[in-house]
Amino acid sequence: MIVVGAVFTISLAAAAQSPSGPLRIGTPATPGQIAALDIDVRPDGTGLPPGGGTAREGAPIYAEKCAACHGANGEGGTADVLVGAEPKNSAPFGPEYERWRGARPDVPFTIGNYWPYATTLFDYVRRAMPAGAPGSLTADETYALVAWLLAKNEIIAESDLINRETLPRVRMPARARFVPDSRRGGAEVK
Amino acid sequence: MRSLPADLRYIERMATKNRPTGGVTRRTALTTLSAAVAVTLRPDLVSGQDGALADTTKRWGRLPNALGARSPAENPKRTPSPTSSRTPLQDLHGTITPSDLHYERHHAGVPVVDPIAYRLMVHGMVARPITFTLQDLKRFPAATRTCFLECSGNFGGQREDVTPQDLCGLTSQSEWTGVMLSTVLNEVGARPGATWFLAEGQDAAVMTRSIPLKDAVGEAMLAYAQNGEALRPEQGYPVRLLLPGWEGNAAVKWLRRIEVGDQPFMTREETSKYTDPLVDGTAREFSLVMDARSVITSPSYPQTIEKGFVELRGVAWSGRGAIRRVDVSTDGGRTWKPATLQQPVLPKAHTRFRYAWEWDGRPTEVLSRAVDETGYTQPEMSALQRVRGRRTRYHLNPVTGWTIAADGRVRFGLQRMRA
Repeated sequence: MIVVGAVFTISLAAAAQSPSGPLRIGTPATPGQIAALDIDVRPDGTGLPPGGGTAREGAPIYAEKCAACHGANGEGGTADVLVGAEPKNSAPFGPEYERWRGARPDVPFTIGNYWPYATTLFDYVRRAMPAGAPGSLTADETYALVAWLLAKNEIIAESDLINRETLPRVRMPARARFVPDSRRGGAEVK
Repeated sequence: MRSLPADLRYIERMATKNRPTGGVTRRTALTTLSAAVAVTLRPDLVSGQDGALADTTKRWGRLPNALGARSPAENPKRTPSPTSSRTPLQDLHGTITPSDLHYERHHAGVPVVDPIAYRLMVHGMVARPITFTLQDLKRFPAATRTCFLECSGNFGGQREDVTPQDLCGLTSQSEWTGVMLSTVLNEVGARPGATWFLAEGQDAAVMTRSIPLKDAVGEAMLAYAQNGEALRPEQGYPVRLLLPGWEGNAAVKWLRRIEVGDQPFMTREETSKYTDPLVDGTAREFSLVMDARSVITSPSYPQTIEKGFVELRGVAWSGRGAIRRVDVSTDGGRTWKPATLQQPVLPKAHTRFRYAWEWDGRPTEVLSRAVDETGYTQPEMSALQRVRGRRTRYHLNPVTGWTIAADGRVRFGLQRMRA
């Protein structure tokens, strides 16, 4: 431990010891190179492209490209359950949920009851879906699918237009549930 | 006879000349070179008809070759599912996981990345956005670190017939080498106000995670080597992020982009996945550090043990630092005694523990419980469920054990999981 720890400490120190500035390694990234890769979307909407779509426009796209794995109505299949507005006014866990559930079977975790940010839907669908052809959806198709998912989860209406202005304003039911990690080690089990 | 290299012709001559004369007809067949080579590949040919091993002192073995291989008698395997493969913890000794047995977890398969075409782009809140080739990254001052990597969905204790591999085989340990993230950030000049960065992979999931800069920068590494050689493809070849002690999902593989920012990006994997529902109806996000855990790897299912001396063996680890102590119980948790820790005990690393035990033949349960340098004690499942509720899915690290029946049969201690 002493030997390895010492080597590691020294290497960290070496890294920290470069106040002399950069080592001039690498090639400057051009704005074009950055734009070609920078596909992430933040909760404030940064990164959302032009375009838009509604749930009605999304329905046939969902049926063609998503339903085979996620079920005709987002009820799940070989891939995750996407749709489930229940329980209303609660998350699928915790004391309110247990009271609401009573003796019924558990409901799955869904976009409607667990996803905290609507922007995540656009980011994820655009980068990784559909599983058979990731990254193949246009911005309009992605907006329309996101609108379909939000409408099915009873968060927006079927006719609502989802675009770079409206999507960041969609308030997800589970948003207020999420809290930072408070574990810090020590005796307490958290 | 085919033409053979000189050294192989020599060894064939030696093999023929030294043919045993005991009338074992199978051994006669071994005097051709092909059969002599087969000895190293087919254990069934090594045994005589009575099952005794061939006398290895009467014939030369194979000469040095370019690439080593395991003894054909040793056959450790990962257990693959469509989304992951698990390390056979029960088959391993010491603390390093052989690279080809390191667990895998990926979300859209293993991409084939051309190391020449590979680029890492670092941009966002930086003074100088830069793309780095693999060679560029290797030019930087290098660092080496041995640590565990564990998937936060590493709990499979739902049945009595689970092995350590089934129970928690999504943890492995390697010696990693690369360039410290701090070195690369110094190169691009992270701007004041930068508090998070996005790590993005070039697999078909284009995996992304947001990483809190201040907490990560001291130990984060861009790793290009594992156990002395280039990363395995399934470990992110050619470059992965390494965050010692943090959940494996954050250690993004096939790293193609780092975007420095001033807030988390809230990707799918840090919101709808890898978050922890709690008993009070809130859900914990960015629960990145893996809490202390241990597992007895022997005895374990499906072993049968005999009365008398049994060495309890296992591994313990904590994402918060070094393991301070591992307690074991051989009486179902009534009494606990400290196990011996194999030195050196590295921080955020698998630590081997052992305990000498004399089994008296009576049914019992053997358990282990890790304590780390922060004073955290690996909890019982009941204690975890009291704070996290019924529906918690990730970051489960309960005390687990193995029941031993009067006939010596070992099974997973399932009762303890039913809080």
